[in-house]
Amino acid sequence: MSERAVLVLEDGSAFWGWRFGATVDAAAEVVFNTSMTGYQEICTDASYRGQMVVLTHPLIGNYGVTTGDDESRQPWVSALIVREYYRDHSNWRAEGDLDAFLMSAGVPGIFGVDTRSLTRRLRSKGTMRGILAGEVDEAALDGLVVRARAIPPIGEHDVVGETAVERSYEASAGDPGMPRIVVVDCGIKQNIVRSLQRRRVGVVVVPPRATAGEILALRPGGVVVSNGPGDPAAVPHVARSVRGLVEVGIPLLGICLGHQLLGLAIGATTSRLKFGHHGGNHPVKDLSTGEVHITSQNHEYQVDAPAVPAASGFAVSQVNINDRSVEGLAHASKPIFSVQYHPEGSPGPQDNPYLFDRFLRAASQSGALQT
Amino acid sequence: MPDVSKVLVLGSGPIIIGQAAEFDYAGTQACKALREEGVTSILVNSNPATIMTDEGIADVVYVEPLAVEVLARIIERERPDGLLPTLGGQTGLNLAVELAEAGVLERFGVRLLGTPLETIKRAEDRELFKEMLAGIGEPVPPSATVYSLEEARALLDRLSLPLIIRPGYTLGGTGGGIAHTEEEYERVVTSGLQASPIHQVLVEQCVLGWKEIEYEVMRDAADTCITVCNMENLDPKGVHTGDSVVVAPSQTLSDKEYQMLRTASIKIIRTLGIEGGCNVQFALDPHSFTYYVIEVNPRVSRSSALASKATGYPIARVAAKIAVGRRLEEIPNAVTKTSTAAFEPALDYCVVKIPRWPFDKFPSGDRGIGTQMKATGEVMAIDRSFEAAFQKAVRSLELGGKSIHWEDRSWTVAEPSPGSLRSVWELIDQPNDLRLWAVFAALRRGASVEEIHQRSRIDRWFIRRFRCLVDLEHRLLGEPLTPTLLWEAKRLGFSDEQIGTLSDRLPEQVRQLRQQWGLRPVYKMVDTCAAEFEAATPYFYSTYETENEAEALPGPKAVVIGSGPIRIGQGIEFDYCSVHSAWALQRAGVRAIMVNSNPETVSTDFDTSDRLYFEPLDEESVRDVLENEGIEQAPAIVQFGGQTAINLAEPLTRGGARLIGSSVEAIDLAEDRRRFEDFLNRLGIPQPPGAAVSTVADALTVAASIGYPVLVRPSYVLGGRAMEIVHNRDELARYAKVAAEVSEKHPILIDQYLEGKELEVDAICDGETVVIPGIMEHIERAGVHSGDSMAVYPGVDLRARDVDRIVDYTIQIGRGLQVRGLMNVQYVIYQGAVYVLEVNPRASRTVPFLAKVTGIPIVQLATRVMLGESLASQGYATGLCPNQPLIAVKGPVFSMGKLIGVDTYLGPEMKSTGEVMGIDTTLGAALAKGLLAARTSLPVGGSILLSIADRDKPEARGLIERLAALGYRLYATEGTATMIAEMGLPVQMITKKLNEGHPNVLDVIRERLVDGVVNTVTGRRTPLKDGFAIRRAATERGIPCFTSLDTARAAIQSLEHGLGDYHVRPLLEYLREPRSSAPTTEAVR
Repeated sequence: MSERAVLVLEDGSAFWGWRFGATVDAAAEVVFNTSMTGYQEICTDASYRGQMVVLTHPLIGNYGVTTGDDESRQPWVSALIVREYYRDHSNWRAEGDLDAFLMSAGVPGIFGVDTRSLTRRLRSKGTMRGILAGEVDEAALDGLVVRARAIPPIGEHDVVGETAVERSYEASAGDPGMPRIVVVDCGIKQNIVRSLQRRRVGVVVVPPRATAGEILALRPGGVVVSNGPGDPAAVPHVARSVRGLVEVGIPLLGICLGHQLLGLAIGATTSRLKFGHHGGNHPVKDLSTGEVHITSQNHEYQVDAPAVPAASGFAVSQVNINDRSVEGLAHASKPIFSVQYHPEGSPGPQDNPYLFDRFLRAASQSGALQT
Repeated sequence: MPDVSKVLVLGSGPIIIGQAAEFDYAGTQACKALREEGVTSILVNSNPATIMTDEGIADVVYVEPLAVEVLARIIERERPDGLLPTLGGQTGLNLAVELAEAGVLERFGVRLLGTPLETIKRAEDRELFKEMLAGIGEPVPPSATVYSLEEARALLDRLSLPLIIRPGYTLGGTGGGIAHTEEEYERVVTSGLQASPIHQVLVEQCVLGWKEIEYEVMRDAADTCITVCNMENLDPKGVHTGDSVVVAPSQTLSDKEYQMLRTASIKIIRTLGIEGGCNVQFALDPHSFTYYVIEVNPRVSRSSALASKATGYPIARVAAKIAVGRRLEEIPNAVTKTSTAAFEPALDYCVVKIPRWPFDKFPSGDRGIGTQMKATGEVMAIDRSFEAAFQKAVRSLELGGKSIHWEDRSWTVAEPSPGSLRSVWELIDQPNDLRLWAVFAALRRGASVEEIHQRSRIDRWFIRRFRCLVDLEHRLLGEPLTPTLLWEAKRLGFSDEQIGTLSDRLPEQVRQLRQQWGLRPVYKMVDTCAAEFEAATPYFYSTYETENEAEALPGPKAVVIGSGPIRIGQGIEFDYCSVHSAWALQRAGVRAIMVNSNPETVSTDFDTSDRLYFEPLDEESVRDVLENEGIEQAPAIVQFGGQTAINLAEPLTRGGARLIGSSVEAIDLAEDRRRFEDFLNRLGIPQPPGAAVSTVADALTVAASIGYPVLVRPSYVLGGRAMEIVHNRDELARYAKVAAEVSEKHPILIDQYLEGKELEVDAICDGETVVIPGIMEHIERAGVHSGDSMAVYPGVDLRARDVDRIVDYTIQIGRGLQVRGLMNVQYVIYQGAVYVLEVNPRASRTVPFLAKVTGIPIVQLATRVMLGESLASQGYATGLCPNQPLIAVKGPVFSMGKLIGVDTYLGPEMKSTGEVMGIDTTLGAALAKGLLAARTSLPVGGSILLSIADRDKPEARGLIERLAALGYRLYATEGTATMIAEMGLPVQMITKKLNEGHPNVLDVIRERLVDGVVNTVTGRRTPLKDGFAIRRAATERGIPCFTSLDTARAAIQSLEHGLGDYHVRPLLEYLREPRSSAPTTEAVR
């Protein structure tokens, strides 16, 4: 039998379970994700930097782990909280089990938790900070609550800097005649890069500190600003670069944090959602076509709709059917747009690859072809 | 806004294997949805035991045969502007095609809603289907159709073994199979060509052992598509999904595989242009990303009903709204109220479905499971782990105490180790109804997960889960029962009974330990969104965890115990009763709480009751539910859920529960043979002489004293052996020996067999007043199970004296037993005297039929009685209610084509799976419609094959004369032909000796030289075997086969009446017809 462990939230509630993964404690925000598949992609999504993730799907580990499903170089979640964890896995692609995977990355896990009860609490009270600890007795819980309340808010960390690349690199040269795309890595999911590579364009990944000038010097046909962790307001330098790119009018696609940074760049504001959107079933309506698509989402912050300045030439292009929050921005005439969700899925539905196609059409026409 | 105003909705007709209660659920939801949209609904269904055909669901209800000629008349009369066939199963789609091809839709300007005509055809036609999928780059298994062995040999150049061979146009899949080697291939193709009436076989790439994955997809007219859920079949490809254990969501797919198949599903529904719901089935290679599209159902299906119950997403309701023009984002999510139907459910639990097969009724049938579905019903269970959901599902099957611990005695004795597991391995190697138990038996004896996987192709993940359960069994056997161990066992779904067996305790002691240690289940909500949004659905399942979301409901309330999976003998009728009871409670201001385990039904729709507990219907689970609601505050109703619910009366009462309705004492009095006999004696009511015996010697003595033939049955039917008519000493000795083994603890009952006219009544009683809504007379004489008999309301040739006596007896029994609620009494009139055959102190199979044809809300009256309201205060007095001015025939429907090896003759053991109703103003018309609806009508003119048992021959003469008079050509076997020739009628003798030249009886049936068969059996063993081949051949060719002269006479009478000569009108018009046009009281002659 595994070691007993407990998750204590800042509101004083405690959730008991058993350890798996690394035998270390964790102190972070606690969020829940409702995807039914894709635990490995979730663990390795850098947007979860500084967060423990509760998986609402109760059966985790079933199909093991495989290098091909990594979304970045390492797991980023502070801890994984599940109801049932299975070490025996069964899938032809599996190279190992989730337990060993987390252990080698130093990420703790807890299973046997009433994750539904925990999720209901997070839903009604909003995202909270928590401490995951092992082998404590009831008397020590109060101390953990105090520790949970002392965790600094996520906005105060440079979580983007911690997860993104430090130096530029060329991910692929691209086919002759295809444009080069510069991708600003703010803690990117690899499937964004793969989605571009599959379309045979050149891909150069740059760190979040890259300025507009540095980016334009690479003579890109278009720029993708990636997803990433934390509060967009905490990385004003990236928003500044985006503003520079917008002014030039180069084709630009913002994804998730990239979308929020576009919002800040054009003068809108962002704010924090009560418990974020984390899952693969969010319905989003494209206001120009009236179509509704199911999307993959993982974010805490949103662009505030009323704050989008009309003078900027941008307008809200897509909205979330559930809570009417902003899901997309688009410029009236320039090929610049962004989405709050993940067209690359991984995990989640593959209903929105058309966004890459739309973006690359604009990038191919922008004239700055790769030599 | 809806773009149609009046829609014709097609039901799916009688319950048959492959088309069960899920379509009542779907149709009921659809009609309610149309009403919400302000669209008038016209519903047609021939099945009276459905909720959808009740008042208040659709705007106009026709209980008429589902036949093109009938539907055309309805369309002409009602002039709907839309036809919605997608909720009536394949029956609905086929009728839509027929109506379109007959020009009816065009003539009356009716628009086909939901699924385009082209799509219906494409999904059914193998070649069109392949072509369509190839067009969008979706792979199908390579296949070809061949007409000769030479053609088949040539195929081996482009198709690789193993291959599946399917003979064309055969029912039941006889003659086909899987070939692994070239020799096998030639052999199976040869036999397949022979089996096919058109000498055609389909050869298809075999994907045996691949994963079978299904997706439920929705699409609206704006092209928005969502998937409701996916499901993984535990049984790999090769087993019909209806016969597979199914898990939702998939458990062994990574996100890449999940999304790959999801994307393909959406592409397919877009290509098919479906506006509504669709089911896509895939075969997925367990070793690569390769997959094939196996099947698309362009309609609501059994799988979609399961998906609806598994997720809380009401597919049929949404499909109906989409069909009349709504967009997904405009349809509110009925569960959360705040979000819309344009989203995909997220599950935070695991769902397991297990099929319920009828082999307990048909021990001689082929128990193998394959591409032909054989299950009559299914159960579903929900929990937070696969193991617990699986174990609860097994308990829900109600296999007479057969938990997953059950093992065949031969395994235990002969096969203590893996080395000697021969019969267990045989069960694992090929799919069959006992395979799950065999897997557990093998694991217990140390077989490895790997070997079981290699032999069964069941994914290792599932087998490892089973191993976890076996490991815990060992711990329960070997370790002291501590709170921690008990908690672990409950988390894995072990019942108190299982834990008791393993830890050497009584179930009740385990329950006490649980209470002592504070281990109680909590209830979690099925909310479609994994708790992301607040939801108000009253839909719960149990689990062993910390937080309970189902606080006891406040105020007056009652718990209706449902009827579990649909099986032969306990069908949709009991779901009908449970639903009506819940509604009656609500109308009386009492909160209705439903407990049931069947995902197909209306009762498990979350908006049927105030609260739904999706739980096994066993003592433990029901007591837990009652305790969660407060055992004092939540009385239980056990009268409506068939034998399942009534059997819980005693244990629930013992456990401190409060029952409302008849007392346990009354139930026991009616069910205990000896006590019941004393009871009837005291009242002076005659019963066929008989006794309960527990030894073979006693049986022979009793039978000798009452005289043969005798009716024998076990006192408690545990599944397996049941009723038989026994004609002599030897047969009785054989029966008693076998029966005694089946149920050692329980004696067998022997009664004199009175071959008279059988009648039955349902009655409502409050202890004083006894209301008899109507009397039903059976067409077939006693000896045929009442569920397999055609029944006529009101009785057609009853003498007033007999009616008075039946009414008098019924009143005396109701008062004597102090029935509070419903009872059903079966009578036989033999040589002028009325005898009581049996009394069931509960709702019976005939309640929905009788309620429909009398217009009396039987279940509501009974429920109000249970709540303490007298019948007098509800406006009813003791006695037989006045007859309605109509004649209604309830006809049984069988699924014998799908059950290989099962004899079809009518006898005391029930075999039918469903029923239809024919209603009109004359008996002839009602019979004609009943037979048309059951698809057993004889054509006007043609040929008929007669093979009549000696003892029936004198009686058969009249019938033969009438057939000849109708212009039928007569074929007959040796003895029967001699008799016909003696009668001076032309007849062609056909030998029944199968190895003495051609044509023999089977040839004339297989070549369809005859349009009907009359074959009676004497019950002796040899003729039973002789006739078996004849009956099976007719069944497999879809040729009506009558095994009772009474049924045959009814069919002939309907012919004489004139087949097309009947009314087509809404149900209520028959009831309201003024009394002046009284029905003809012609009898079945």
